[in-house]
Amino acid sequence: MKAESNEKALLQGLARSERKAIEIIYRENYNMVQSLIINNSGSTDDAKDIFQEAMIVLYEKVRSGSFELNCLIKTYVYSVSRRLWLKRLQQMNRYTPAVENLQDTVPVEEDVEENERINSEFQAMERAISSLGEPCKSLLEAYYLEKKSMQEIASFFGYTNAENAKNQKYKCLVRLKKIFFAQYKNGNGNG
Amino acid sequence: MDDIKILDTVERYIRGEMSPDERLYFEQLRKTNPEIDQLVVEHTLLLQQMNRFGEWKKFKHALQETHIDLTQQGKIHSDKLRGGAKVVYLWNKYKRVTAIAASIAGVTAIGISVLVNSLTPHTKDPKVQELVHTVTVLQQNQKALDNKINYVDKKNQQPVISTPVRFNGTGFLLDPKGLMITNAHVVKNSRNIFVQNNKGDQFKAFVVKLDVARDVAIIKIDDDSFKSFSSLPYSFKKSTSDIAEPIFTLGYPRDEVVYGEGYLSAKTGYNGDTLSCQISIAANPGNSGGPIFDRNGEVIGILSAKETEAEGTVFAVQSKYIYQVLDELKKSSLYQNVRLSSRSSLSGLDKVQQVKKIQDFVFMVKGD
Repeated sequence: MKAESNEKALLQGLARSERKAIEIIYRENYNMVQSLIINNSGSTDDAKDIFQEAMIVLYEKVRSGSFELNCLIKTYVYSVSRRLWLKRLQQMNRYTPAVENLQDTVPVEEDVEENERINSEFQAMERAISSLGEPCKSLLEAYYLEKKSMQEIASFFGYTNAENAKNQKYKCLVRLKKIFFAQYKNGNGNG
Repeated sequence: MDDIKILDTVERYIRGEMSPDERLYFEQLRKTNPEIDQLVVEHTLLLQQMNRFGEWKKFKHALQETHIDLTQQGKIHSDKLRGGAKVVYLWNKYKRVTAIAASIAGVTAIGISVLVNSLTPHTKDPKVQELVHTVTVLQQNQKALDNKINYVDKKNQQPVISTPVRFNGTGFLLDPKGLMITNAHVVKNSRNIFVQNNKGDQFKAFVVKLDVARDVAIIKIDDDSFKSFSSLPYSFKKSTSDIAEPIFTLGYPRDEVVYGEGYLSAKTGYNGDTLSCQISIAANPGNSGGPIFDRNGEVIGILSAKETEAEGTVFAVQSKYIYQVLDELKKSSLYQNVRLSSRSSLSGLDKVQQVKKIQDFVFMVKGD
């Protein structure tokens, strides 16, 4: 009972991006995933990539609010990592004899696919922001991602006042919007 | 400028930063103006996406930091692979490559051994007996003779070569200056080689080239008492001769030159070997290394071996191989000028005359 409530608390912490929760889940599961990857033709770098990707899957899942944990975090992370690694091996076109199960697994195909979709969206966003160039990129990131106030931004970037900075920010945003929706439509059209 | 104002308004609306009055007014505007409505929807979507993107990035960043922290604290072992883990990793990574490499190596090894097996002339086949004469009786006689000679020599105070002979075979000149060809098995185990002509004169010789696989050796007479000939009466045939062509040989199955006659039976040798041919001739131990002539007095081969299971089946290395081995020899500067004569001065003569002219160029080869 205690373990279960512990897990729940961890997941709630994860949903709020609490550093402590991230650290505990990381610490308790990383070595398991690393041995899975290394025993199946991977390196420590691969292990890190795969594990962090699995953490993101878990993170997105708990944030969506619809997540109900039917299994241990361990089982879930292992299942996702295994699935992700199998996919990676296929992409590398490396034949691999079925990755052996050291742990119980739960079906996670849908979660992994959903994560892929989200990832590609975010990557599109990243590309769109990068393509704006400076100072737009930094300006938008400071305001919308890092949530800095217009006042701070104005002094940091050297605008004479917050109003000018704001105008500049909107100009950048209009450009971003164009690129983003062009990609968005393309992405949906292709999808 | 207008666009920016509208955008600002939309953003304030989405963030709920408007005063209740303003909000009411804006919502009214949204209802009546589909463009504004669309703008709100789009902008909401964009802001949502950016928000999530920002959090996603932050989370990734946090993961990265956690990874570094935990590694530094030694709570996860990702910094390096130690001991067994490294071996496991390397093995897992390369086992497929290793397996492929090993199988390629295996296949290659098998292939090469098959190839070597099929290409090696089977002179060492137990069915084929090398026509080497192991002269045991002669050896004893020779010893007795040597003793006598030694006795005489001591009196004369002259050093004389004493040769306990083990093998003998036949050899013949390739050029007038003392380059000879014989069988490899005649000379390969000998420390000293002597050749003896039909008059009984003996000359010292040494091996120039040994081809055990083909069973051919080239030796050179190296003796002051040997006098070069002006030219060779016979020539060497480059092409393969025809079946049923009459042939003859000269050799030393005994201490004196012996003539033998036969015909070419097959264009290939034992087990289809293309560099030799099959002849039918009366050959005895001691005939090894002897020349095979056609009726024009051209050398068509070197007698090398006979099949033990069938009588009169003898194999000869074809003369075209003499050209091959000589080409290899010419790579060394000493023998660059050696040329095989391709014109026989014997054609048209009768056998008796031919043999008379040839016999001075055929030698007994002895080794100890």
